[in-house]
Amino acid sequence: MPPRDRGAPEPAGQRELLSAGDVARTIARMAHQVIEKTSLGASGASPVVLLGIPTRGAPLAARLAARIAEFSDIGVPVGTLDVTLYRDDLRRKPTRPLGATALPPGGIEDALVILVDDVLFSGRTIRAALDALRDAGRPRAVQLAVLVDRGHRELPIRADYVGKNVPTARAEEVNVLFEETDGRDAVLLRRAGERA
Amino acid sequence: MRHLLSTDGLDPATALAILDTADGLKRTLLGREVRKLPTLRGRTVITMFYENSTRTRVSFEIAGKWMSADVVNVSAGGSSVSKGESLRDTALTLAAAGADCVIVRHPASGAAHRIAGWLAAAGTSVVNAGDGTHEHPTQALLDAATLRDRLGRIDGRRVAIVGDVLHSRVARSNVHLLTSLGAEVVLVAPPTLLPVGVADWPVGAAGSLRVSHELDPELPTLDAVMMLRVQAERMHGGFFPSAREYAIAYGLGEARARMLPKHAVVLHPGPMLRGMEIAAAVADSPRAAITDQVANGVHVRMAVLYHLLAGEEDNS
Repeated sequence: MPPRDRGAPEPAGQRELLSAGDVARTIARMAHQVIEKTSLGASGASPVVLLGIPTRGAPLAARLAARIAEFSDIGVPVGTLDVTLYRDDLRRKPTRPLGATALPPGGIEDALVILVDDVLFSGRTIRAALDALRDAGRPRAVQLAVLVDRGHRELPIRADYVGKNVPTARAEEVNVLFEETDGRDAVLLRRAGERA
Repeated sequence: MRHLLSTDGLDPATALAILDTADGLKRTLLGREVRKLPTLRGRTVITMFYENSTRTRVSFEIAGKWMSADVVNVSAGGSSVSKGESLRDTALTLAAAGADCVIVRHPASGAAHRIAGWLAAAGTSVVNAGDGTHEHPTQALLDAATLRDRLGRIDGRRVAIVGDVLHSRVARSNVHLLTSLGAEVVLVAPPTLLPVGVADWPVGAAGSLRVSHELDPELPTLDAVMMLRVQAERMHGGFFPSAREYAIAYGLGEARARMLPKHAVVLHPGPMLRGMEIAAAVADSPRAAITDQVANGVHVRMAVLYHLLAGEEDNS
């Protein structure tokens, strides 16, 4: 077992990449980047909509919106976009339950939609999200925000806002935990071949 | 899940997963201009109807199409069945032609089970869309979805199923499903329209089953009442003296509907015989959920196809 360098003790085979404090700071930094890159609030700028991809993209989107409101005094509409029905790997796994799709009341027509997810890996979830988005409306542009980019892309997809780049081996597992879904905030890396 | 042949033996967790998926699909499609999902692209669904049907067939076809499956309809009249082909040969032909899922309605009880056996090697899923007087599982699932919508939950709710229980596959499927989800089910019918041994039907551990011959004393404590159609086409003999007498004793007229609690829901699997088992004014009243049932039918059948066809191969 590797030595634990910080934070609370983790189950065997897991290493903490980001502590709760790191997660909060990372989200705050991403919020600043969104404000700057989208010229939020400037006249002529497109309205911004955050769409979280369930499960953990949803709380991340809500927190980003809260930080953005705190730093800029602008309330950005938040929604969720479930991509299960658009996945290309449904037949490789047992039947998946559906997540919630809840578009903000104003819709996404002509908005700058920022898709929000916890981990960017193969890019297939985001491809599915782009298809799902097309059925939901026609945004002016689409951007992508992720808390962790762990590499190993299988499609030409990149994120516009990245909380942390983590070089990983393909067999490793990156687990993002949020208070809302898991009872605490952390990002954990599980080593290849080890099971908790 | 490989097949959906009956609600008898369908475990409550799977049933609830299907209801949740149906709910998710309904919310996903709500208010959307383009009601099309790519989920079952390239899968082929064949409906095989040996009995007349409007709502079941249409809703299976719409469900398949909204999920982007290719849907082909075969009816007994216009197929080789009328030339004398056996059920087994027809089923094997459809599987060989590339069906991923066969949806069967047949006048013989057990037909869907037999087909599932014949198609075991082909890997084709079978859905029972009504077999004789045995089961109609997707109807029970859509009834459960409608009850959950209207009443919030199913466990602990009291549901009466009234009328021709003897000939009703809807009643049988609903007894199994609703009791396994924790409902108290009361079957209300004249003794001639109750199957032998009905009191000993297996019921879900969470629920209960009771039989009564009188409707009026049950009404004030019901959360839902499901009126069954009197199935004249399956009756070969006198089960009650006259239609008028049946309507008086077991029909849900306006006076009876007023005896129900305010929140109680009226269901009917359709097709309705207005003036026989249900009065027109009751069928059109706000407490009737009959059109909700049809709308939920599409979402429930989409969910069933999703659970049968979207996951990895399941050979159980």
